[in-house]
Amino acid sequence: MDPTPFFIWLQNGAVPTAIREGETLFPWIESVHVLAITFVVGSIAAVDLRLLGLASRSRAVSRVAAEILPLTWIAFAAAAATGGLLFSSKAVQYAANLSFELKIGLLLLAGINMAVFQLVTFRSIGDWDGAATPPRAARLAGGLSLILWIAIVACGRTIGFTMVEIAD
Amino acid sequence: MFHELDVFCTWLQNTRFSLVIASVAWMIPVLQTIHILAVALVISSAFLLHLRLIGLTRGDQSPDAMARRFLPVIWATLPVLLLTGAILISAEPARSLENPSFGLKMLLLLGAIGLTALYQLKLAGDCRATGGRSLTVKVVAASSLALWTGIVLAGRWIAYTQP
Repeated sequence: MDPTPFFIWLQNGAVPTAIREGETLFPWIESVHVLAITFVVGSIAAVDLRLLGLASRSRAVSRVAAEILPLTWIAFAAAAATGGLLFSSKAVQYAANLSFELKIGLLLLAGINMAVFQLVTFRSIGDWDGAATPPRAARLAGGLSLILWIAIVACGRTIGFTMVEIAD
Repeated sequence: MFHELDVFCTWLQNTRFSLVIASVAWMIPVLQTIHILAVALVISSAFLLHLRLIGLTRGDQSPDAMARRFLPVIWATLPVLLLTGAILISAEPARSLENPSFGLKMLLLLGAIGLTALYQLKLAGDCRATGGRSLTVKVVAASSLALWTGIVLAGRWIAYTQP
């Protein structure tokens, strides 16, 4: 099924049109998007580094996660909301952009990695919560997450260079 | 003044170094990606630390322990930001040096570095003594957050206020 008619309908909505045609709406939303993303990526990296046994080694993994991740989710909600608005303003173009498609694919992979960690590895947290160096499965999840989020930022930045209408 | 800046930008843009950076297509996006990842370290450290110093978040660590955990990250990341930023400037000097958003960003950056140094050198002891509840610490923390936020917003606006 070709989703293009849906994207055309979406970007012709009142709000997407205002974002696309306004002078300052797009840059403002994009600036907030970048701010939210930097917090998401940096705070996830702090947890990933703990899982890898490279930071906060003397603190329990569950404490580091409980301290940081609620704020990460708030920032992620802001990034998703602003990202959705940016997408809606040029939906057809973004959907056809390879960097954008890759970014969304990598986001899904990061979500799957997190879900697997939460549902499988985290169940035995009682055995390794205080371990300076967590077990292999936890280190793997942290390392994968770190790599995926770096790639997500790279793809996000590349979108601006591969969509002619967007300022770089 | 602006003529001199123009001359400087033209000279810098035509140095061998700048020409090489500008001529390799993937160089600027890669440098910008490293720059943003470094910003991610600074922003997440600044928010986690300063929200705690202001008293908006709770945690098992004391504000002082949080400062000893996150301030070194901010200091260590700044050289990466300055280096990648400087290389990006040399590739397209006029894009930033003649750009009002860039000027604002540098001004805010000076303020943020100043407040971080002030905290590190003078207020850290105060924070230890009071458990981080002194008004000065809170005001400095809130101002730092506002400055770092402004730096990121102004940074993205560089692309939209090109001379």
